[in-house]
Amino acid sequence: MEKKTNILKKFVGNQLFIPLVALLLLIIFNLINDPSFFVITILKTKEGFPVLSGSLISIIDFGSELAILAIGMTIVTAATGGQDISVGAVIAISGSTMLRVLCGTNPQPDKLLAPIFVAFLVGALAAMLCGAFNGLLVAQFKIQPMVATLILYTAGRSIAAWINENRLPIIGEPSFGYIGNFLPGVPIPTPVFIAIACMIIIALVQKFTNLKLFTQAVGINEESSRLNGINPKFMKFMSFVILGLFVSVAALIKVTRISTITYSVIAKDIEMDAILAVALGGNKLSGGKYNIWASILGAYVIQFLTTTLYKLQVRSDALPAYKAVVVILLVIISAPAVRDKFAQITKKIKAKKAVNGGV
Amino acid sequence: MKKYLAIILALAMVFALAGCGAGKSDKITVGIINNDPNESGYRAANDRSLKEMFTEENGYEASFFYSLKNDEQIAAAQKFITDGVDYLLISAADTAGWDTVLKDAQKAGTKVILFDRTIDADPSLYEASIVSDMAKEGQQAVDWLKSQNLSEYNIIHIQGVMGSAAQRGRSGALDDEAKASGWNIVAQQTGEWSADNAQQIVQAVIDAKTPFNVIYAENDDMAKGAVAALDKAGITHGVGGEVLIIGFDCNKWALTELLNQNWNYDGQCNPFQAEYINDIIKKIEAGETISEKTIIMNEKGFDATTITEDDVNNYGI
Repeated sequence: MEKKTNILKKFVGNQLFIPLVALLLLIIFNLINDPSFFVITILKTKEGFPVLSGSLISIIDFGSELAILAIGMTIVTAATGGQDISVGAVIAISGSTMLRVLCGTNPQPDKLLAPIFVAFLVGALAAMLCGAFNGLLVAQFKIQPMVATLILYTAGRSIAAWINENRLPIIGEPSFGYIGNFLPGVPIPTPVFIAIACMIIIALVQKFTNLKLFTQAVGINEESSRLNGINPKFMKFMSFVILGLFVSVAALIKVTRISTITYSVIAKDIEMDAILAVALGGNKLSGGKYNIWASILGAYVIQFLTTTLYKLQVRSDALPAYKAVVVILLVIISAPAVRDKFAQITKKIKAKKAVNGGV
Repeated sequence: MKKYLAIILALAMVFALAGCGAGKSDKITVGIINNDPNESGYRAANDRSLKEMFTEENGYEASFFYSLKNDEQIAAAQKFITDGVDYLLISAADTAGWDTVLKDAQKAGTKVILFDRTIDADPSLYEASIVSDMAKEGQQAVDWLKSQNLSEYNIIHIQGVMGSAAQRGRSGALDDEAKASGWNIVAQQTGEWSADNAQQIVQAVIDAKTPFNVIYAENDDMAKGAVAALDKAGITHGVGGEVLIIGFDCNKWALTELLNQNWNYDGQCNPFQAEYINDIIKKIEAGETISEKTIIMNEKGFDATTITEDDVNNYGI
């Protein structure tokens, strides 16, 4: 009996609990509403390869970028106690850089000017530079992260347009599209594999380096971490550079999905969803301890919600309102303050029970 | 020595100024206030056509100001009026707040011509307003769709940012016709002009196994996103395909898709107001009166079965 409650307590106390419950609620809702939501069928793509298709596949496919961004956003949040709101704009910059490398000055090239991998590296460099810029403002000049990243949030999309001199590059080369869609012969969308690769990388980094320990230390108490020999400025700076790397991966997926870019709307408002994923994962937005898996799960919950709302055919002008209501509920439930309160209440009840039992 | 130098410099400046003045007298000065050309392909084409028209060879001296913010635009307008430009051309970021500036312009004798977007002000405060009629654009596309005589109409309707002029005009036409002719709109969602969102919207319909045979996307980017979802599911589109594709704005790449028979129809949103503005200025300078203040531009719609290479080059933006 004792053991059972302990397991239950452990489970409820786990950070993954809230996003899992949210996910479960969405699943139950869809089961009642229309069980065909979960049907996965096999379709043939334009090129004639059989691929899996269905709402679930769409969720893990379109959720990839958000999951990847959630990883970086969690680290920035933990280290600096603030959020990066320039993510969408930096996706535009990074994506635009990749296309510039591939196309040069010809918007519709017959042949790519460089291997896609090289273009990605240059795009990643651009995104990490943007991250370094944000990191410098936050770490060195002690500017509030949201204010510091407001600069690129405002200017980023114009910079992206300027990189390609406002041309609209369109890539006809089919292998470019494989990255955002399907590899020939593979029935699962490629972005899913990319997201999994990112998760494996961050898991390995956390296991074999002190990134998590140091980041959390800086986030909890900057001064004491400094006294313990950690350089808080460097950790904050690095958290933005790491986010930059993940942003460039998301940018690669975004531009390869449709083989082109629209500077003003690509990945619009994605930073808000990424921050939301972190909050939904029950991480403190004021920094400190974090759980990356909870954020990733939060990202998929958000995508699950988006796909559900699209499927429900909610009227377009009402869609943001619906999303807002669900989001408010989820965030309030997962807020650390509310969870502490819950824990207190359950403790009290238990104490009472114990007293009663004693009598 | 220094004194002489100063005098010479001062004289040089006076002559330079006189030179400026002389230049001004035979050229028409225009101050152009526009939205940021990076905003969209439409705006870039619009800006390009203005720059090509208002050149010294054509007898103009033009200054440009760009901003997506209304207050910055108003401040720039004030500055142009103080500079004493002959004509003020405005594509306003927002419809409100222009009254005072336009009255100042009238007092200063600066003539105002609005292009692309109207503003909430008394028509007596400006000479002319050259605009697109978004409802007409939508109507043209819907009429074309009707003329296809499909046996049934199951339409995915991907809207622009809700409440924008383009969205209201283009959605309105389709909504009315769907009601009148009993067309079935299987999905109506806002893609907020973004290809990503459009792709997800169409993917959701495919996942739900709802049959559809028309995609009505309110701009080219969203049509492209929709087509990406179709390609993923192996659904054919375009001329002779299972699904008709309708887009708007006539980007060059979109017209090429039409030429390659991948899409079916693209409605124009004419960014080339420069010619119309030029005509009006010529008329005013010649002392003629402008009878109709609101001038609606001619806008075309292209059909994949009739589009030519020349159309792509002439009308693609």
